[in-house]
Amino acid sequence: MIKMKIKHSLTIVLIAVGINLVFAETMQGPGLGHAATIDEVAKWNISVFPDGEGLPEGRGSVSEGEVVYNTQCVGCHAQGGIGSAVGDQLAGAQMELTSDYPEKTIGKYWPYATTVFDVIRRSMPMTTPGSLTDNDAYAVTAYLLYLNNLIDVNAVIDKSSLPKVKMPNEDGFVKVYEVKETNK
Amino acid sequence: MTDTKHNKEFEYVAGNGLLDRRLFLKRGIQFGTITALASTVTQLLQAETETAFNSARPPWMTQPGKPFSLYGKPSEFEDDVVRFPTQNESVLGNGVSWSPLHLMEGTITPNGLHFERHHNGIPQIDPAKHKLLIHGMVKQDLFFRMEDLYRYPMQSKICFIECGGNSNAGWNSSPSRSEAGYFNGMASNSEWTGVPLKVLLAEAGLKSSAKWLIAEGADAFNMQMSIPIEKAMDDAFLAIYQNGEKIRPEQGYPLRLIVPGWEGVLNVKWLRRLMITDRPVMARNETSRYTELQPDGKARQFTFFIEAKSLITSPSANMLLKQPGLYQITGLAWSGRGKIKKVDISADDGKTWAEAELQQPVLDRAFTRFRLPWQWNGKKTVIKSRAMDETGYVQPERTELIKKRGKHGFYHYNAITNWQIDEDGYVSHVYDKNENQTLSDNSIDSSWD
Repeated sequence: MIKMKIKHSLTIVLIAVGINLVFAETMQGPGLGHAATIDEVAKWNISVFPDGEGLPEGRGSVSEGEVVYNTQCVGCHAQGGIGSAVGDQLAGAQMELTSDYPEKTIGKYWPYATTVFDVIRRSMPMTTPGSLTDNDAYAVTAYLLYLNNLIDVNAVIDKSSLPKVKMPNEDGFVKVYEVKETNK
Repeated sequence: MTDTKHNKEFEYVAGNGLLDRRLFLKRGIQFGTITALASTVTQLLQAETETAFNSARPPWMTQPGKPFSLYGKPSEFEDDVVRFPTQNESVLGNGVSWSPLHLMEGTITPNGLHFERHHNGIPQIDPAKHKLLIHGMVKQDLFFRMEDLYRYPMQSKICFIECGGNSNAGWNSSPSRSEAGYFNGMASNSEWTGVPLKVLLAEAGLKSSAKWLIAEGADAFNMQMSIPIEKAMDDAFLAIYQNGEKIRPEQGYPLRLIVPGWEGVLNVKWLRRLMITDRPVMARNETSRYTELQPDGKARQFTFFIEAKSLITSPSANMLLKQPGLYQITGLAWSGRGKIKKVDISADDGKTWAEAELQQPVLDRAFTRFRLPWQWNGKKTVIKSRAMDETGYVQPERTELIKKRGKHGFYHYNAITNWQIDEDGYVSHVYDKNENQTLSDNSIDSSWD
């Protein structure tokens, strides 16, 4: 009798575990998502890709960027982008990446110029993030690329010129996940 | 404190006093006390303490206790068990806050002590005004209100989150002098509960071109990170609860992406947007940061997995062993690739090792507590722990790690930590003995912004 009871409850446990597994595999939500409009998506989507996808209209020059930089950015990143205790070094590297004191500036380390625009527009300046216009963000990008000797002093940066800026360290990254991991 | 007569009967399992891990189950052994260095205040209170000890009814038994509270707090006598923030001087919300691993036991991190890493402060989000957008390579772009998400089927997982930059002081040329948690405590362990991401992705309908997911937070930094879609379809989920209560604001309230076993920065807090793409976005935090510069000038990128690591939390740096005798060595081990298989402990600077007892159950990609009794003979020595996970990966010695990765990787430091105990019982952090140790430069080559 007792044996039967145990056997019986074991069966129930096994069934319950089985149901749980099936549930996890085919788990469905109640379908409460709301259709998002193209405008809603466009307003939120500010991601910029290395090929230029996501770059907005607008433009900025090196000289315009210098003005914006010296009012909005210089407090943390210092004159000429050399960085400080509170802001990344962005330019002015003296040392190579293979040295004992590597300087991971935009010119020495960053693989894509588009990332510079993306992070300026989405995250900077730290005290008033999101306050720069697209033109300002293009201009500061231009100034920083110029400080890193990546573009000419007369260059103008916009959605067609930015992805074309050749970054010296573009091939400096080993994609560990893609190369070695398959995850399955 | 212990009886020396008993000590003669102990069975040693490795050099310099390491004892059988089942010892404390067999006997009613009293372990020695390990204390932080005594303060002057503590000494002044000594007399008062003696009185309470010897009194038939100490003061708290002679009057009614305090009434109920709406939300409980730790005892006032535990007010030193706190996080340790190190932040950007001009942007106070930019920095990290270390979890006091050396002052905790068990495996679950209390919510108020979970480590923090913010790029520009903690947003105070009204869940009624928060929504999640899923768009890109899906059949239907969708947004979800929090009230919608609360109705979805939920799952729980106990797992650790470790910042990719945890223990980065280990790259320094001289050992950190901080307490164990205050340079290794950017790792914490919680039970997270929320909605499996694949349920929401299925609702939006992934296109066959979908390969990556770009997760973005609603903080002032508006941080974004790229994550392979197979992780999203495997075990990633959107956490709403942490250890039974809604996630704390500093942990991503009201919604946080959890990618079990993968580096902390990918567990995007204050989640508001998931963009499905065929390639990574190459965000600032996956190019200029969270990449590991190697000696050849190349950098490792998309190093998602947290490799196996362990750390003795007690005795550990800046603690004091009051006298020779029996102590319990205890610590934490974890791996982003699965379960911890075993943890070895050495009490003679790596000459001999013994296997520690693992607290059960050992969980996949979660903190695993290990313990081993140890008879300290009062002589100077070095103790250390070494984890192995279920893939067979063994935690490296520091010299080994540096030989492989150089000193400028900044992220993913998982080497063995050595604690030296001197004749006075004082515990300090030392590097491998064959390494030239300087006491000068204690700065890491990259800052926290």
